[in-house]
Amino acid sequence: MSLNIIVLAKQVPDTRNVGKDAMKEDGTINRAALPAIFNPEDLNALEQALRIKDANPGSTVTILTMGLPRASEIIREAIFRGADTGIVLTDRALGGADTLATSYSLAQAVKKFGNYDIILGGRQAIDGDTAQVGPQIAEKLGIPQVTYAEEIIDLKDGYVIVKRRLEQGVETVKAPLPCVVTVNGSAAECRPRNAKRIMKFKRVVSTSEKAKLSPEEQAYIDARPYLNLQEWSAAFVDADPEQIGMPGSPTKVKAIENVVFTAKESRCLDNDDVQLEDLIKELIANHTIG
Amino acid sequence: MAEDKNNLIVYCEFDDGHVADVSLELLTKGRQLADRLGVKLEALVIGDKLEGVENQLFPYGADTVYKVEDPRLFPYTSNPHAAILINLFKEIKPQICLMGATCIGRDLGPRVSSCLHSGLTADCTSLEIGDHKDPKTGKEYTDLLYQIRPAFGGNIVATIVNPDCRPQMATVREGVMKKEIYNADHKGEVVNLDPKKYVSDTDFVVEIIDRHIEKSKINIKNAPIIVAGGYGVGSKENFQLLHDLAATLGAEVGASRAAVDAGFTEHDRQIGQTGVTVRPKLYIACGISGQIQHIAGMQESAMIISINNDHDAPINSIADYVITGNLEEVLPKLIKFYKKNSK
Repeated sequence: MSLNIIVLAKQVPDTRNVGKDAMKEDGTINRAALPAIFNPEDLNALEQALRIKDANPGSTVTILTMGLPRASEIIREAIFRGADTGIVLTDRALGGADTLATSYSLAQAVKKFGNYDIILGGRQAIDGDTAQVGPQIAEKLGIPQVTYAEEIIDLKDGYVIVKRRLEQGVETVKAPLPCVVTVNGSAAECRPRNAKRIMKFKRVVSTSEKAKLSPEEQAYIDARPYLNLQEWSAAFVDADPEQIGMPGSPTKVKAIENVVFTAKESRCLDNDDVQLEDLIKELIANHTIG
Repeated sequence: MAEDKNNLIVYCEFDDGHVADVSLELLTKGRQLADRLGVKLEALVIGDKLEGVENQLFPYGADTVYKVEDPRLFPYTSNPHAAILINLFKEIKPQICLMGATCIGRDLGPRVSSCLHSGLTADCTSLEIGDHKDPKTGKEYTDLLYQIRPAFGGNIVATIVNPDCRPQMATVREGVMKKEIYNADHKGEVVNLDPKKYVSDTDFVVEIIDRHIEKSKINIKNAPIIVAGGYGVGSKENFQLLHDLAATLGAEVGASRAAVDAGFTEHDRQIGQTGVTVRPKLYIACGISGQIQHIAGMQESAMIISINNDHDAPINSIADYVITGNLEEVLPKLIKFYKKNSK
């Protein structure tokens, strides 16, 4: 059985390395100023997709990402690891979207893509930590969702069996296809890049990247369809301008503050036996411990 | 806007005869917000065997308890619960809906907000009522829900508003709000809703074929003393030192996100904005540098001791005691001195 698998992936700012230019004045993230990485849990989702493909030869794994044109970087990364191709949904009009406008835009792209059997994605992205886009896409497509997935146990006869990792245990559910499955970081790690695939696909470019190449290079790419990534605009996916970007976002950022904690006057001790023993005696005396 | 006199509703999780702590915490916060707005506080419970559940909810200030009971509604699955919220909200038009940022709330909330096209803010750390003026149109709004949450890995705090869409929806993690009895004798109204009116058979598409609920043995939320380790602990083996000190003091072991991500300890021990919020009487931070997202989850500890090689670790600025030294040396000494002096 060959399946059409979509993996939703996001190129995210590495929130562990946030500099001063990280925020724009309107309170949205200035993505251009930050190191960009493959959202970690989307890699866990990719691995589950590749396992489905392994078990169902002839299946295709397509990465769908929304972001700046440079988000093609993560599609190349995914292709090196085993994905077949990808689509970059990119348009200035999509900027400043909250989760609802984002999920509408991505759902429109999925509709444009057409025939799909299962959609996988990471549980959440590290820049927002909201975990909202997966379920919202499922709702917009009118299909079921399975969140917090740790493993796709089986996929056959129009159903998928998924092990979910919850706060207080494990649940195994059976959901009809097509559906959206969001995958936890506790799921299997994504396989590494494959050297043969790097050789074959290292020149994969998106439409806008191709336009910057020399005529000879363009001819080389054109002769090899597998080196071409599509870029889709909001209009191409028939997105209603009122439902995308800032206008389509019900939530607005009212204010942004840097976090400042009130400093206390600390008592400083060294790794000194007398000082440490005095501290312990004091904590026992005031009933903090003991 | 007429809807602004509408009520505030809390989606309450119910399992094994008990309303979840996070739901009671949200009722406590919801009561304050409802009083500020001059509206009623409503609670919605969906599940099976709900008899008497209202008696757990009234003391926390609920004025109305909506109950939707059907054996198929427990355990939770996405579509049926979402259908009930969507159909009920179209009818009663709450202005605010709060739910726990749990595996259930974070699965349910987005599905409902997508269908109703209402805004949803995840993992709020503070909720307030206030006014808003749209910077572009100049339009003024009164009494909106300020949904305050960390963003961007905890590096900033954002205040989010939903000016035009209702309900204003927010999720909050367990332990972030305080649970307090409003009035032990408070009584309200019970409204039993007919499940057939709100959910159809075709909503039951996902089947639970197996469910293992393991009550976590780790209870850092209610521990009076916490020994927490960060990336600076260095290894899984070194974490044993923290366990030794914790066992001596009768404490629980916690961890920062960096330590969990590095695989030093279990995820259930994570403290911070993406983990658990704690308020122990003593917090011993070992090798924790003090990223904002961690500090936000423990800053209300009554006393903080930081043990770190780096005298300038950010966490030291909020610590009562700063011990500069190697954990491998300091922790065994603390154990030794405690044993020597506690008898």
